[in-house]
Amino acid sequence: MEHQPTLELVQEVELIGHNKKHRMKKVVKNAEEAIAGIKSGMTLMLGGFGLCGIPEKCIEALSKKPKITDLTCISNNAGVDDFGLGLLLKNHQIKKMISSYVGENAEFERQMLSGELEVELTPQGTLAEKCRAGGAGIPAFFTPAGYGTEIAEGKETREYNGKMYILEESLVSDYSIVKAWKGDTKGNLVFKATARNFNPVMGMAGTITIAEVEHLVEPGELDPNEIHTPGIFVHRIFEGKNYEKRIEQKTISK
Amino acid sequence: MLGKEEIAKRIAQELQDGWYVNLGIGIPTLVANYIPEGIDVTLQSENGLLGMGPFPKEENIDADLINAGKQTITTMPGSVFFDSSDSFAMIRAGKVQLTVLGAMEVDQSGDIANWKIPGKMVKGMGGAMDLVASAENIIVAMMHTNRAGESKLLKKCSLPLTGVNCVTKVVTNLAVLEVKNGAFHLLERAPGVTVEEIEKATEGELIISGEIPEMKL
Repeated sequence: MEHQPTLELVQEVELIGHNKKHRMKKVVKNAEEAIAGIKSGMTLMLGGFGLCGIPEKCIEALSKKPKITDLTCISNNAGVDDFGLGLLLKNHQIKKMISSYVGENAEFERQMLSGELEVELTPQGTLAEKCRAGGAGIPAFFTPAGYGTEIAEGKETREYNGKMYILEESLVSDYSIVKAWKGDTKGNLVFKATARNFNPVMGMAGTITIAEVEHLVEPGELDPNEIHTPGIFVHRIFEGKNYEKRIEQKTISK
Repeated sequence: MLGKEEIAKRIAQELQDGWYVNLGIGIPTLVANYIPEGIDVTLQSENGLLGMGPFPKEENIDADLINAGKQTITTMPGSVFFDSSDSFAMIRAGKVQLTVLGAMEVDQSGDIANWKIPGKMVKGMGGAMDLVASAENIIVAMMHTNRAGESKLLKKCSLPLTGVNCVTKVVTNLAVLEVKNGAFHLLERAPGVTVEEIEKATEGELIISGEIPEMKL
């Protein structure tokens, strides 16, 4: 895998898993408490597509800690100039972005073209699968996306049934930060509409996964048939207040 | 010569009953407005929706419900939401019968470039590389020439590629062309456009066999 979590993080996760006292304590008070432990140089995954389904409370909390820098952020997009990951870009807290599409953010384009920001553009399906595979304990996989393009440069290729594929390595994060519609205190999550997007797969791939939810409920209140992310993947959870949920392209029918 | 709406209208004639279809940003999105009556197609939006409906009325806007172009949309009876990996699972496994997307360049071997102009514009490929690597039917919707009047249908793409040997058809403001055996095959002319005009605007090898009919819109 492209990223190995630090020993410190692995120990914290083991503690969550094995110490009975800690096992049930997933609920934290707020975004500030949820992001405790995130340090300069770490790799984060952040759910969302455009501004839809982004963990806006945790991003805001990170932007208030400008001393946390040199972050590698894995996120399909990079927010807009004054919302979402754009806030961290403006503070120069991000060293590297791994994304599929970054066209919505002028500051991003400026930092990228000037070389201040390292960018690894990845096909969207490959990015989703890198997270899913990382979260599923699979280190790499073959995909046809990008074969014959500059994305394939330096990567192993192989033919299966007459079609060419490239080998892509999966991703894991130090912290994955996801946004769900509803969650319970055991960390089980339900997403709403297209705000689901990258959140479930990134939630799987976190050494520590933080979930911010609009509605935090008691165990038993969510129908087990309708849970999208099993709580085993989630280590910290809190209810965010007053979601802005900014719309990028408000389009209405006449 | 066709406008953007008419290009979309012509592409809509390619749709077949029961198909799952992914429409890219720009002209391809407009295809949804011209789905022929009696044809039931399901629109796939790669951010996680099958069964995309029209844009909402002001009072029904939902920030959690957008398409791949980040526009607010609605669902239809029978719609379903899923995560990004499931979305590209259905694309990669060839379950989506038709992909329509825009391009900066297409060449006679079916290569397409639409995500990067080195040194000038780098927005990213989004889902385009996954889509073109897997769909069996890929129609490109674009203008025949660029703003400088240069052909976008080339012998060999000059920009960084999105995919190779993948485009099956191109619908432009001038013509409908099939891409096969290393050449563009002229199928139809836009109303009022001559074969000579199409030849002049096409840099790649153009095969013209017999009388070329005018498009019916």
